[in-house]
Amino acid sequence: MAIELKMPALSPTMEEGTLAKWLVKEGDVVKSGDILAEIETDKATMEFEAVDEGTIASIVVAEGTDNVKVGTVIATIAAEGEDASAAPTPASAAKAEAPAAGQKAAESEAGEDGGRKKADSGTKQLASDKAATVADPAIPAGTEMVKTTVREALRDAMAEEMRKDQRIFVMGEEVAEYQGAYKVTQGLLDEFGPKRVIDTPITEYGFAGIGTGAAMGGLKPVIEFMTFNFAMQAIDHIINSAAKTNYMSGGQMRCPIVFRGPNGAASRVGAQHSQNYGPWYASVPGLIVIAPYDAADAKGLLKAAIRSEDPVVFLENELMYGRSFEVPKLDDYVLPIGKARIVRQGKDVTLVSYSIGVGVALEAAEMLAGEGIEAEVVDLRTLRPLDTATVLESLKKTNRLVVVEEGWPTCSIASEIAAVVMEKGFDDLDAPVLRVTNEDVPLPYAANLEKLALVDAARVVAAVKKVTYRG
Amino acid sequence: MAKAPARKASTEPAVPNRERPNEPERYKASKEELLAFYKQMLLIRRFEEKAGQLYGLGFIGGFCHLYIGQEAVAVGLQSALDGEKDSVITGYRDHGHMLAYGIDPKVIMAELTGRGAGISRGKGGSMHMFSTEKKFYGGHGIVGAQVSLGAGLAFAHKYNEDGGVAMSYFGDGAANQGQVYEAFNMAELWKLPIIFVIENNQYAMGTSVNRASSEDQLYKRGESFRIPGIQVDGMDVLACRGAAEEALAWVRAGKGPIILEMKTYRYRGHSMSDPAKYRSREEVQSVRDKSDPIEAVKRELEKLGVKEEEFKPLEAEIRKVVNEAADFAEQTPEPDPAELYTDVLVETY
Repeated sequence: MAIELKMPALSPTMEEGTLAKWLVKEGDVVKSGDILAEIETDKATMEFEAVDEGTIASIVVAEGTDNVKVGTVIATIAAEGEDASAAPTPASAAKAEAPAAGQKAAESEAGEDGGRKKADSGTKQLASDKAATVADPAIPAGTEMVKTTVREALRDAMAEEMRKDQRIFVMGEEVAEYQGAYKVTQGLLDEFGPKRVIDTPITEYGFAGIGTGAAMGGLKPVIEFMTFNFAMQAIDHIINSAAKTNYMSGGQMRCPIVFRGPNGAASRVGAQHSQNYGPWYASVPGLIVIAPYDAADAKGLLKAAIRSEDPVVFLENELMYGRSFEVPKLDDYVLPIGKARIVRQGKDVTLVSYSIGVGVALEAAEMLAGEGIEAEVVDLRTLRPLDTATVLESLKKTNRLVVVEEGWPTCSIASEIAAVVMEKGFDDLDAPVLRVTNEDVPLPYAANLEKLALVDAARVVAAVKKVTYRG
Repeated sequence: MAKAPARKASTEPAVPNRERPNEPERYKASKEELLAFYKQMLLIRRFEEKAGQLYGLGFIGGFCHLYIGQEAVAVGLQSALDGEKDSVITGYRDHGHMLAYGIDPKVIMAELTGRGAGISRGKGGSMHMFSTEKKFYGGHGIVGAQVSLGAGLAFAHKYNEDGGVAMSYFGDGAANQGQVYEAFNMAELWKLPIIFVIENNQYAMGTSVNRASSEDQLYKRGESFRIPGIQVDGMDVLACRGAAEEALAWVRAGKGPIILEMKTYRYRGHSMSDPAKYRSREEVQSVRDKSDPIEAVKRELEKLGVKEEEFKPLEAEIRKVVNEAADFAEQTPEPDPAELYTDVLVETY
């Protein structure tokens, strides 16, 4: 029985990749550890090694094939004693079929495979590329739109600003030669050189301090944390040094710095690598906190963050990096900080969210529309200063409000919104404000528990039915 | 049981495996320079004594860390800097460094009393004073933070190619903080123009250096990062100045950071609320008698022919300046209540 070689998942979030190159051909004898192929994802190029010994019986997916789903059979190996020439599949014929085969693999991936459960993730219920159904009023009508990933949008924002202002530099772990741990800084080293794109040792407290000091000394640093989980090591400088200095100095000493990186739950990485720090930073006066959802916002708001004279915490989301959205093709697309945006209009209930939660809310809104409930979705975009006016305005129209947050419930942005609504919008409420958040537990590793812990559209729908008294 | 490997007997003295700074020479000050040092140090001493008094009277609140005993360090080191381009940053014991820059004692004292005319509009307090005009970057309350921040200032000097050097002061207590070594590593890796000044006043709050530091010769703390260190008599203003000259020559030549360990002593408690029970009255008195930095300069000036009666008007002048600062700080109004909401952010969103 020939051994099937399947498209491997090279990272927890990888769903498909490009089979860039075969390093073996049919008939080659391989042993464990031999490099068989090079596989490219949007983040990296990886080598695919043999685990089994035998002869390459057939190459099923030809090199150069894009979008090969994880789990697709890409080659077969005949073990010793087997006839390698038996039933070879011509690679050229398979090329056209690959996507179809891939589709099938993807379908079975989440489920059972001969009774054995495969790795899955609760983050599938989170990551969405649902686009806003209301055009951003900041974009002039008739503007050409370009499909762009969130990752590219962030990079473009940095590059555009760096071209204009020599004081801006990017510093962090693997931002330069490696091209970014999540490839957000791809190409920056080539364009701007090692003076302005700087690899640091693994030393968050130290380089956050150096960045903050450099900002005090007149530069405009963009400090990348590989993830915001690691920024816990550096939170002292973000809060005590960066956020408070302007106030403590009576306005003498500014600190124009951006701390950016992925925030929130990632896929199957366990509790220490899965946390939303939005509420933490949003509680600190002196900081600006931004958490965009789509690519256009990522670009427009990162540009604004870099231009700001204040310290900014810019919370990205790893699960969103590879998602594509329409980004306006404008020379200088900068969005205002502190302005929420209605991304879907409705009259029956207001869903307030930010970052990856916006996709969940949009998905829920679609499900609700099917049941005749029109939800309005507000994307906060900036967590500090919070645009409470937009939230209250929407509440006036709908009289019901649910907050959707990929994060813990206690002392959350959802709690804050609930408090604001009670203080300033009490008379507009026809039902209590409900919070739909992650469960109040450290994020578990097991796939089934992870699914249970993370927020999803079904829970939003259930909450909306409660506040609209249709449950 | 395994035997310890036999150690080869060393026959020759160890040869440094890389370039080392020269042993600094004591600065040869002119009579005028020495007199200026004396005045600055005396101003710091009298200012701090007055601050202590105002604290006792309830005009100054919170924490108040006095620089008494350590005057030679800030005065000696800062006198060697180029005020146009070099920057300074320190921790919370910052009054002395401000005064050594010639910043008006009135606005410093008014900050201590929390008044609107204070250098931070009364919103910083004793630990948080800044003068970007003088390139003095504070005034930081988290032990060791100024070391990374100082490396950031040095990063900016290098990035801007402005020829400036950053001087980051920290204490023997901060020398045990982890981020100090993160900053050391990057500073040497990137050859940042910075002088790390360890003001070793022997006590981190109530814990003596020996009780807190496995290597108590703090000038050696940079060795594993290839940062050379020099130990300096921090009670001798001319030794301080001489060491600063050597350190500046090293850093300005592009050789990267350097450490100066200033052996000094604080006469008062860690802060005003510290009864200093961890050391004897005799120990303090002995340092005052034998090594007081101001008395030492006075003796040196006497050798240069300055008469006792010439010191009198100097002292009177300094007392007057300090008393005026105190009067101002007591009388000038507190910040306007509207100041509560200013300076949180620079921009409006």
